[in-house]
Amino acid sequence: MSTAKTLLSLMAATGLLVACSNTEQAAVTAGAGAGGAGQIRPGSQEDLVANVGDRVFFDTDRSTIRADQRTVLDRQASWMQQNAAVQVTVEGHADERGTREYNLALGQRRANSARDVLVAGGVAPARIQTISYGKDRPEALGSNEDAWAQNRRAVTVVR
Amino acid sequence: MKTPAIHRRALFASAAATLVAPGIWSTPLPAAAQGTGGTVIDITRARTEPIPIAVPDMAGAGPDAQRMGQNIARVIVNNLRSSGLFRPIERAAFIQTPEAAAQAPRFQDWRVLGAVALTTGRVELSGDRLRVEFRLWDILPEQQALGTAYNATASNWRQIAHIISDDIYKRLLGEDGYFNTRVAYVSESGPRDRRTRRLAIMDQDGENHRFLTDGQFQALTPRFHPNATQIAFMSYLRNEPRVYLFNLQTGRQEVLGNFGGMTLSPRFSPDGRSVILSAIRGGDASIFVVDLASRRERQLTNAAGLDVSPCFSPDGQQIVFNSDRGGDQQLYVMDANGGGVRRISFGNGRYATPVWSPRGDLIAFTRIGRGQFAIGVMRPDGSGERILSEGWSMESPTFAPNGRVLMFYRETPARDARGAGFSARISSIDIAGFNERQVVTPNDATDPSWSPLLS
Repeated sequence: MSTAKTLLSLMAATGLLVACSNTEQAAVTAGAGAGGAGQIRPGSQEDLVANVGDRVFFDTDRSTIRADQRTVLDRQASWMQQNAAVQVTVEGHADERGTREYNLALGQRRANSARDVLVAGGVAPARIQTISYGKDRPEALGSNEDAWAQNRRAVTVVR
Repeated sequence: MKTPAIHRRALFASAAATLVAPGIWSTPLPAAAQGTGGTVIDITRARTEPIPIAVPDMAGAGPDAQRMGQNIARVIVNNLRSSGLFRPIERAAFIQTPEAAAQAPRFQDWRVLGAVALTTGRVELSGDRLRVEFRLWDILPEQQALGTAYNATASNWRQIAHIISDDIYKRLLGEDGYFNTRVAYVSESGPRDRRTRRLAIMDQDGENHRFLTDGQFQALTPRFHPNATQIAFMSYLRNEPRVYLFNLQTGRQEVLGNFGGMTLSPRFSPDGRSVILSAIRGGDASIFVVDLASRRERQLTNAAGLDVSPCFSPDGQQIVFNSDRGGDQQLYVMDANGGGVRRISFGNGRYATPVWSPRGDLIAFTRIGRGQFAIGVMRPDGSGERILSEGWSMESPTFAPNGRVLMFYRETPARDARGAGFSARISSIDIAGFNERQVVTPNDATDPSWSPLLS
């Protein structure tokens, strides 16, 4: 019961966080664009972040794609089909509440899970590389549940 | 200083010099009453009163030799104190001078201080040649327990101090010491999301610190070869995380094996002829052993799940590893050929980073549960679990070569969203669960690996 409740509240929290971190990213990239004035080149990382979503989040110690995250990967697959020249690396990450070696393997399994959805969505496997950074490259730098939920992620990065 | 050649000849007449470490020769010092019996303190009990010992500065003719004698004695004092098993007596209380004690200890002067043992010594410096005469005295029977002369170049003085510390440890505790050892680890600096991680190496007391990699790429999880000439580690060179070998004599690095994907968590076999590691193929991480001569690999596990952090037993017959095949991370033991897999951890929480004691009697691990991390030990069949230290985050235990002390790393949480307050430091602790001490490092420090005894 209490586990289910925690999971539910976590899912709600991360749902919010997805929106949050995407807007932040979009704001940052828009401001940093050389041309300015919201000029986003199709097929760029900025395009992926602003219009598709570059990342999915995972439950603690899990690498299965959550139902609430799957649509992001489906959108990424369509986006990659529209931008046929784009090649990506999927980076898998873990939160700080695990041991380094296990988290390296876990991050790789998360990256693989995300890649598998992209491939199932019609993207050629040769266009996707994967890498794991385990717990060693956190996005959120705090030591709390919110930060950990943001760090359990697979991020698609245009090469 | 006056007639070192004659001194050396006199000693060589009585016994041949022995090479105890690269560039360090030892010869026994004759004594009228060199004891074969004498005091040996039993430390097999969980916790004992530390042994009171007097370690005055070593005597020397001239200021350079005296300074060297002082430095050597202070390294010995620091080693013995940090073990938690000795209580070096404050030198302010000493009655007899180092020079007089080196000539002939006046036992009454040391007995009144409560000392059970006394060391004396004499340092001779001649150019870059160093000679250290060291004696250990048993105070109650008033006899010499050890006497050795060490000859080396002066730059090796710290190592001589560590060798003498190990001599004292072994003579008084009846088991090998661990002071003449080094520790490889990962030095971490910079903000948490853009850390620089470099391999570094230092003496076990934190001295002689040196970086092995320049930080251009991330380096993780160094592990010593059993003869301490090379290190296996994980590198992100070319953004391809792989296990590499690092030759400490030449500085040469080479990738190990060709697995076509990430390899991680390497450890050498006890005979040094192979490396056991984890490789990711498909969605699972499996354990492989790579023969170093032929570079041929053999797969040992193929269950669904993540099998990581394998470690051989000291006899090379068994392997302990970490797997989530049963749903969450637990410890498993299997035969060296991959057969006979059985789970050994059954307590509350997830278990990780198992490492087998060089004595063979214990497996140290990280346990994660109820929001806390802990370092503990259990017998290889999983019985007798004991937690040694607990906190917000700690992991990656490594045994001293005598199996009596562990190092691991401990982290403190970030206080704010910018990561302020986060730190990672190496600690050492006695396997009885007392005497936890932070090892001083220039930056944040993780992934310690303790070398074998170097002498």
